[in-house]
Amino acid sequence: MTDSLEFKYEVQEGNFTRAGEASQDVKRKLKRLGVSPDIVRRVAIAIYEGEINMVIHAYGGEITVTVNDSEIKMVLADRGPGIPDVEKAMQAGYSTAPENVRNLGFGAGMGLPNMKKYTDELSIETEIGVGTTVTMKVYLQ
Amino acid sequence: METNHIHSVQLDREQCVGCTNCIKRCPTGAIRVRDRKARIAQELCIDCGECVRICQHHAKIPVYDPLSSMDDFEYRIALPAPSLYVQFNNLDDTNIVLTALRKMGFDMVFEVGTAAEIVSEMSRHYVEEHPEMWPLISTACPSILKLIRIRFLSLIEHLLPIQPPVEIAASMARKKAMEETGLAPEKIGVFFISPCPAKVSACKDPTGVEKTDVDRVLAIRDVYVKLLPFMPQSAKEPMDLAEAGRIGIGWGVTGGEAAGLINDHYLAADGIENCIKVLSDLEDQKFSNLQFVELDACAGGCVGGVLTVENPYSAKTKMMVLRKYMPVSGWHGDLPGIGMWTEEVEYDPVDSLGGGLMENLRRMARVEELTKHFPGIDCGACGAPSCSALAEDIIKGEAKETDCIYVLWDYVKRISGVVSEIGGAASPAGKKDGPEKDR
Repeated sequence: MTDSLEFKYEVQEGNFTRAGEASQDVKRKLKRLGVSPDIVRRVAIAIYEGEINMVIHAYGGEITVTVNDSEIKMVLADRGPGIPDVEKAMQAGYSTAPENVRNLGFGAGMGLPNMKKYTDELSIETEIGVGTTVTMKVYLQ
Repeated sequence: METNHIHSVQLDREQCVGCTNCIKRCPTGAIRVRDRKARIAQELCIDCGECVRICQHHAKIPVYDPLSSMDDFEYRIALPAPSLYVQFNNLDDTNIVLTALRKMGFDMVFEVGTAAEIVSEMSRHYVEEHPEMWPLISTACPSILKLIRIRFLSLIEHLLPIQPPVEIAASMARKKAMEETGLAPEKIGVFFISPCPAKVSACKDPTGVEKTDVDRVLAIRDVYVKLLPFMPQSAKEPMDLAEAGRIGIGWGVTGGEAAGLINDHYLAADGIENCIKVLSDLEDQKFSNLQFVELDACAGGCVGGVLTVENPYSAKTKMMVLRKYMPVSGWHGDLPGIGMWTEEVEYDPVDSLGGGLMENLRRMARVEELTKHFPGIDCGACGAPSCSALAEDIIKGEAKETDCIYVLWDYVKRISGVVSEIGGAASPAGKKDGPEKDR
């Protein structure tokens, strides 16, 4: 008897063309599970924003998505520089993305704010020079 | 929930040789080959015609009404799709085709392009008045509409709730014929001349309205052949029948419907895989400032439908020439006051594994586990489009593990130690142990 399912995705550093693959796959799986469209959309957006962050700022990392009957938990752990000022990073429009990334249409400073907006819980653990782990939850009930 | 699925695309069992070319081409994974014959899952088929295109054995057949069905009615009205005109070479006046339709035996012609101009005007108002629904998604391509209903549930609230031009054309044409002839409605036959099987299905089983006003659906490719002999005479003395202008005729190619909105905030995509990508990105809200989205399942738009004759890109070029000196719009009357959807469009979530969440979690865990038993090369030899699709079929009780030739091979090797020596050399991938298991 399975009470939860876990999916893991590797995110590669600097590989923009592959960013978004994890959120696509999670979306497909949640639809198969019969999760309501609104929740699927929120989860997909939250993971997508996280993936983009991992590609832009970190040196890659791993996304783990766990689904059980009450919630969808997303853990995005990166090997990166860490976030010096989490409060600032949470502000809408605050961005440290480099020019080349902004030219691609990213780096508007909405990543973390959107992740917070679309999830029910969000927590950030970060250590300068080691990495950042963002944990998000979306409730199913 | 709707359970009746009427489909134009059908399988001709006689012609099907059980090859697996179609199973991978199907965008919704609706086809399986079992017992050497293809099978189309009715609830998943969106009538896009991709399998019709790929099948070399002509085993996938779009079913529509025969030309002989013209005899079923006393008075006959032709509704030509805009894509019909551009099947002909060097056409510079739509009147020629419309005249040929009259000579072919139709008592009246009513251009779908004219109704398309009405839909364009209705859409202009609707898009402007409903910013909360932006981007509105066109519902003119029945394949896309069906795809959204089964796979993109969160986008249902963005659907433009306006009937396709052909339905409006049918209602207006029947009314006009009744007024002019005094005939009872059932004596009048309304014939849509369609570029694709999806529109055939949509006329038989419409979405958003309870009943259709289209009596029969003919294929452009059938009518084209019939029209050819009448073209030279019609070109010499064309009747004055044409109404539709640039906007209406333009609906036949990608971007035509969107251009009719006279609004720059739109996106237009064509080809089923491209459309799926756009829908997926729409779900993730990756576009900003969009007010309207036009999606055509066929490459090039309706001119790419499988019931047409001409290459879609050549047709597109002809369309440019044909439209060059046309008035922008031929329709300047009052809106007919019909054409909005009257029925609620429901979800049709056949994409889910079928049970409640806990049950589906269990099923998916089993699918993931089972998938590991297969080589992951998605060869299709089992009759399913991918290893994970086979795993799902097994969970549903519709297939067994040994349908996979690699699993079967391992099984044969296990039960017969004697053949393992020679068997290894002849394994399906030519390697001793088959393909790598770890992916």
